[in-house]
Amino acid sequence: MSDLVIELKQVCKSFDSIAILKNIDLEIKKGEFLTLLGPSGCGKTTILRLLAGFETPSSGTVLINGEDMLKIEPEDRHINTVFQSYALFPHMSVFDNVAFGPKIRGVPKVEISTQVMEALRMVKLEHLADRKPAQLSGGQQQRVAIARAVVNKPLVLLLDEPLSALDYKLRKEMQIELKQLQRRLGITFIFVTHDQEEALSMSDRIAVMNAGRIEQLGTPKNIYESPNSLFVARFVGESNILAGEVIKVDDDCVEMRLENKIISLKNTKNFQVSQSVNLLLRPEDLHVYDEEEGIPQEPYLHGIIEEVIYKGTTVDLLIRLDSGKQIAATQFFNEDDPKLDFRMGERVFAGWLEGWEVLLPSEAAENSIPLSP
Amino acid sequence: MRANHLFSFKWFSAGLIWFWLGLFVLVPLLMLLTASFLQRGETEFVKFAFTLENYQRIFNPIYLDVFWNSFYLAAMTTLFCLLLGYPFAFLLARVTGKYKHLLLLFVIIPFWTSSLIRTYAMVIILKTNGVMNSFLQWLGLIQEPIQLLYTPAAVVVGLVYSLLPFMVLPLYATIEKLDMRLIEAAKDLGARNVRIFWSIIIPLTMPGIIAGSMLVFLPALGMFYIPDLLGGAKALLIGNLIQNQFLSARDWPFGAAVSIILVLVMSLLLVLYYFSILRNSNNRDKVGL
Repeated sequence: MSDLVIELKQVCKSFDSIAILKNIDLEIKKGEFLTLLGPSGCGKTTILRLLAGFETPSSGTVLINGEDMLKIEPEDRHINTVFQSYALFPHMSVFDNVAFGPKIRGVPKVEISTQVMEALRMVKLEHLADRKPAQLSGGQQQRVAIARAVVNKPLVLLLDEPLSALDYKLRKEMQIELKQLQRRLGITFIFVTHDQEEALSMSDRIAVMNAGRIEQLGTPKNIYESPNSLFVARFVGESNILAGEVIKVDDDCVEMRLENKIISLKNTKNFQVSQSVNLLLRPEDLHVYDEEEGIPQEPYLHGIIEEVIYKGTTVDLLIRLDSGKQIAATQFFNEDDPKLDFRMGERVFAGWLEGWEVLLPSEAAENSIPLSP
Repeated sequence: MRANHLFSFKWFSAGLIWFWLGLFVLVPLLMLLTASFLQRGETEFVKFAFTLENYQRIFNPIYLDVFWNSFYLAAMTTLFCLLLGYPFAFLLARVTGKYKHLLLLFVIIPFWTSSLIRTYAMVIILKTNGVMNSFLQWLGLIQEPIQLLYTPAAVVVGLVYSLLPFMVLPLYATIEKLDMRLIEAAKDLGARNVRIFWSIIIPLTMPGIIAGSMLVFLPALGMFYIPDLLGGAKALLIGNLIQNQFLSARDWPFGAAVSIILVLVMSLLLVLYYFSILRNSNNRDKVGL
């Protein structure tokens, strides 16, 4: 028996002849925490609804535990959903909400009570079992929704932006709680969000979606450090994107003209001479030196500090390059170097360790649809 | 200055309504209450002498029967209105686009003519040589005309016909507010349609069911002309009883006593209705704490 719990094969979905999903191929392993990340309208919620059974694919197959789901109704799927709106039954107590699933499955009365209380204890709400949903705060309602789903011990738990209605602090707490819950239960979680930070901190793997396609599928580290398209680089974290042209290729080195400078980097993607490329640099990967410290040994850009933004743990700098382009650089306070003192108008070098950059052929830029968060 | 204007406007408009209600509802009701404790006069409508006899007479089995009959017919009317109105209201709430307005129009059109005239139209349809009998004969379902008019069934049909919109509109209002995501959530948890209907849809639309039932049941008790026209002399209901006492029997004190009892019963139902609303809104008001 394979360890895949969900397989989407060439799944397409259109509404009124508008394609929402285009040839989605996705395999999800048992016990995995997979996040579908993308801007609104990218089709991530549609994937959840296909899995839950509220929609049927226009073409392609959805397999759950190896079984074709085409003719299986939502009520017969061993999958539960935590809805974005929570969708708690307003006329039932917290207990009855959670007991709804077990009652339908014909669990004996005595066991229902133990199962429900266990699920409520898990989300730390056992003392509120008699309340009505309307008497709970947003965070508590959210936990009831989770308890109501996990009490059924589903094969897969679908979570549709479950944290988006919560305030920042509560969202942070719930992220950790959800992750711990998932580890404890060993249930496969499929989590939908448009919040890249949430996706990075919770997931085993992330599928970054854009306009009905999966742009990149990989671990958070992989997605963040090696984005395979400009869309992913822009959507996940911040990036400085610099356009350039290859002028010389040499064994494993590639030389390019970029922002009026010639920079030599490792040739990782088999670039050819006169090919257009994009150089991606994360702001936190840039080291900023003033001119007195001398020309850096590493690859660098040259410019003038235009803005200094103090953030507490970091200082964000906006640097106007000699070519006229503006880039962002984030500097961390360093105990060993108390002199983290940047003045506006100061001429600086912004360098980075070779290999920390991402170099993409610019064809990718033309294919990817402009970002619309 | 401005606040003062608003203040006086508020009192003026509220005062006008209070004055109107006092003059045309409260005063007549007090007169009715007084009359119900007085004796029947030979030359005047009432003789100013206190008695409880009018109320004692109500407990005569003949009149208790009238009460029972009226409640039974009103209850049947409410039940049929609910059974017919619920699916229609559901359809109305779920249909989108131009059909919605068309369906809503069907509900409202009957209000454009007098309910009395519509009841006469029912007579024409239901009478021995009427439209319905001719149609059934033409179909060959019956050989001889059958008795349709002047039966309790005809009364219920007439009442249902007149009162159905009062059931449909409050039902429509609550069903339209029903969150379809709750139905998806129930399906997601494994519930099938019958289950979803009884444990999600019915409880959540209960305010509309109660409101509609009140709006049908209460008028059904008092609408005297429909039982009169469609039920003939056979079905004596509270409304007819009161009308007879005032207009034919000229026993105003007894008519007044029956009216007072009817008002009390209706008030009791309204109080129950009020408490059920209170309970419901208590559950809802705390949303988003």
